Amino acid sequence: MPVPITYNIRNLVVRRSATAMTALGIALTVSMAVFVMSLLSGLRLAFAQTGDPSNVLALQKGATSEMTDTGIPLETFRLIKDLPGVAHNPQGEALVSGEDIPVVSLSRRDGSGDVNVTVRFMSPIGVQLRPNAHLVSGNWFKSGLREITVSRSLHERFLHTEIGDTIPIGSGNWTVVGIFDSNGTAHESEIWGDISQIADDFNRRVFNSVLIRAESPQAAIALQSSLSSDPRLKLSGILEPEYYAMQSKSGNLIRFAGTIISLIMAIGSCFAAMNTMYAAVAYRSREIATLRILGFTRISILGSFLVESVLLAILGGIVGIAVMLPFSGMTTATANAFTFSEAVFRLRVTPQVILFALLFAVFMGVLGGFAPAWHAARQNMASAVRE
Amino acid sequence: MGIAGLVRKNAFGNKRRSILTILSITFSLLLLTLFMNVWSAFYLDHGTPESDRRLITRNRISIIFFLPVRYRDKIRSKPGVAHVVNLTWFESQYKDDKPANFFAKFGTDPDEFFDVYAEYLIPREQLADWQHDRSGCVVDASLAKRFNWKIGDHVPLQGKLFPANLELTIRGIFTAPRPTEAIYFNNLYLDEAYPPDQGLVGWFVVSRDESHDSHAVAAAIDDEFGNYQRATKTGSEQAFQADYIATLGNVKSFILWTCLAVVFATLLVSANTMAMTIRERTRDTAVMKSLGFPAGLLFRFFLGEAVILSLVGGILGTLAGSALVWSIARSPQGTLLLAGLKASVFIILINLLISVLLGIFSSFLPAHRVSRMNLATGLRHIG
Repeated sequence: MPVPITYNIRNLVVRRSATAMTALGIALTVSMAVFVMSLLSGLRLAFAQTGDPSNVLALQKGATSEMTDTGIPLETFRLIKDLPGVAHNPQGEALVSGEDIPVVSLSRRDGSGDVNVTVRFMSPIGVQLRPNAHLVSGNWFKSGLREITVSRSLHERFLHTEIGDTIPIGSGNWTVVGIFDSNGTAHESEIWGDISQIADDFNRRVFNSVLIRAESPQAAIALQSSLSSDPRLKLSGILEPEYYAMQSKSGNLIRFAGTIISLIMAIGSCFAAMNTMYAAVAYRSREIATLRILGFTRISILGSFLVESVLLAILGGIVGIAVMLPFSGMTTATANAFTFSEAVFRLRVTPQVILFALLFAVFMGVLGGFAPAWHAARQNMASAVRE
Repeated sequence: MGIAGLVRKNAFGNKRRSILTILSITFSLLLLTLFMNVWSAFYLDHGTPESDRRLITRNRISIIFFLPVRYRDKIRSKPGVAHVVNLTWFESQYKDDKPANFFAKFGTDPDEFFDVYAEYLIPREQLADWQHDRSGCVVDASLAKRFNWKIGDHVPLQGKLFPANLELTIRGIFTAPRPTEAIYFNNLYLDEAYPPDQGLVGWFVVSRDESHDSHAVAAAIDDEFGNYQRATKTGSEQAFQADYIATLGNVKSFILWTCLAVVFATLLVSANTMAMTIRERTRDTAVMKSLGFPAGLLFRFFLGEAVILSLVGGILGTLAGSALVWSIARSPQGTLLLAGLKASVFIILINLLISVLLGIFSSFLPAHRVSRMNLATGLRHIG
């Protein structure tokens, strides 16, 4: 018969200060792990959710991202509009958007400096190709005017992004007329405007990329391969979701450093938990002997102390998770390794993150508690009861 | 056995507890040492004196945008500019994508490269050979050792960003004060292989005259190109690297907060151990008090025990951390991103001081309480 769990709970409560200190130590390690995991989760969500499976992104052949110095010429853009499989809107216009993404330097609100931010100039029809985006306040930029619409996350992070503010891009000033939200997708890192206005500014008659809506996801796949193989076009086609999935590799550095740091902290916490449990076992050796005399087997003693260690660890885990919860939804950013501009995303403490953190805590509890529990189980009854 | 011996024996009275405490502190201080060294490499390192004399001029918007090569002569005409050379990062792979085969590849001008990087040493004949071979290259001695390269060996590079494949021949091996894990070739060769980007280079490296102030030179260069479509931003090599790191996120505050968390966790561990130990020895302490040991001495006993444990943990942790730093600094990724990362005696000493302070603070309260306790209560204490 297993030792009742109330025994363990009561013991944790009685040795309050030792329980508190060990739990707090574990909590810190768990907090660190939660922080790293929610960063990665937010980054992955931002990139994974971006991209419609019916959209195909056409890039200049050989380019790995939309950030290139040269681009797709106007004639190629016109050819794309006439390709089979391209969808049209009710007005009969081809859902094809030529896009240019220069970068502008903006100042962070927290004073930590100026950073590069992506500005996406698109054909006005381009907004329709992104159903995830919706206006939060103000209006979409109007075609033919120097207007821009700013993403909500950028608006939160950077100065001079209120409606009515002007931002210098290229050789002119652009007025902010609206703020949009894109559900945490990668477009949270962007400012949108009308491409026809910048032709003279940047001395270009080319596009960085062309976004095409196909009639269906199957048509998109066909369109993607015909774009890549057509010798007149000199393009590489890639499905929009795949393109953004590739960019989530920007999180690799965070994942690497975060994992190592969490592991090192976890090892330290395990030793601390081990210490506490050894002291508990030593302190209670007479109790343990009594339990054995009463008939509890060695296995149940082992199990009981393991459970106590795990309970302690879970307590620490819950505190650690609770400390990090207020940070969920917080906007932060890192460098997009493909476009070298700021990839804005939100920290997300998802249920998966919480579950994993709890498992992590349990793991630390088991590792730290095993040796002392084993020691308790192997105690010699007769000598222990005499202590 | 004197006082010191007594303290030492008590510190290791419960061997298992002492070892576990020491191990826990070791890991914490390992992290602390690592972080401090990284911080120092990112934000405090000033580089070699030669590095201090160099400025980097890049496209103001982003390092990934090119600059026209004709800027070079205009930069050269600025007061205080001794030499200027172009550098272009060539995104490519050697053999395959494995990290073991990764190193930095740059296109540059053989005629002026070693004037700007005066601390890189190369035999004159090898330099002349490189200058006469359009498809030649020079490699860092550490890189040559890694791949077992000799003069005359071929290094094929497959371009990843633009479709250009280069067949380079090693014409020289240079030695740099810090290993750079880099290979340099003639940028004109890259121009031939990929004509669309002809005339465009990644950035310029300027070596400035001692007599001119670096800010003045930088300002003069940026003023010249201020109104051009491809404007420039000029700064020291350190500023260049710090800019790149700043883009990774709020690295400074992340490091600070993590260090704080680690110190706090270590304090908890140490305090926990000392609290347990002191409580268990309440009766022993009461006996010593009744024998006549003054409260202050008993207090210092416990402090000494805590400091011994935390100091041993500190020594192990800082040594392990420094060893880790040493090995990271030698990896190819480390040389690129964390140039200037090196184990530092100063940081080791600071961490040892921190561990001593941790020992003192963690034992302070329980030691104080037990040294002043009522004798009768103490002798009666069970457990």
